[in-house]
Amino acid sequence: MVLNIILLVLFVVGAVWTMMTTRLLHSAVGLAFTSAVLTVLMFQLDSPLAAVFELSVCSGLVSAIFISTIMLTKRVTAEELIVRRKIRMAYFWFLPIVVVAAAIVLSLIHIPVDFKLPEPPAENNVKNIMWNLRHLDLLGQIAILLTGVFGVVTLFKEWKHD
Amino acid sequence: MTNDMAVVLWLFGVAAALVLIVGFYCLIATINLIRAIIGLEILIKAVTLFIILAGYVTGRTGLAQALVITLIVIEVVVVVVAMGVVLCVFSHNKSVDVRMIRNVKG
Repeated sequence: MVLNIILLVLFVVGAVWTMMTTRLLHSAVGLAFTSAVLTVLMFQLDSPLAAVFELSVCSGLVSAIFISTIMLTKRVTAEELIVRRKIRMAYFWFLPIVVVAAAIVLSLIHIPVDFKLPEPPAENNVKNIMWNLRHLDLLGQIAILLTGVFGVVTLFKEWKHD
Repeated sequence: MTNDMAVVLWLFGVAAALVLIVGFYCLIATINLIRAIIGLEILIKAVTLFIILAGYVTGRTGLAQALVITLIVIEVVVVVVAMGVVLCVFSHNKSVDVRMIRNVKG
């Protein structure tokens, strides 16, 4: 349980740091870190397959996409960075205070968690559920992937200006 | 529900709620398009943790994992298309400031 608490604190701190840091590159690295911590949390909650997906896709692929996009946009100089940090801090300095206050409030109010659980299911193997019971989800995933491909093709199409 | 399970549900639920707050705060406060999408990602992380937690507590980890895998696929597609939009906005305006795209005419 101590390990879980440490991981949950790291998860929240990683998310806050992702938002607080000024450089976008640091933000992307913070997001990857948050994702990696979430992976360990998923392992703790008996979900290894989803955890592996989370690590490889969200921590790896999404970070690569973010970092390439950041590299393709304009780089800021050191002077600009100082100005931006001041502007950002005007909006973001009370985010940690909001998070700590929310944590205190959520700790103090009584959340009723003692509800009746349903019967355990007959089938709990993720591969069977994925391939046999919820194969419509897979069709949906393929449709969404194709939608994404068409979206990117449409966005980066070379238009002929006559 | 056993006492241990209630503690796990409470702890993980509070942490996921805090991360949800961070994500919403970012979406409200930021003026940078890329950072807005990072905020969206943070929100999705919190939702992922909620789904996995619900699967663990109810004993349906298989179903929860199947849902999370679908969620991850959708997340990646959303991020890729959003980054394409960001790059297009940048090539037009030479900036990723959200206030600069108010001149879009529908």
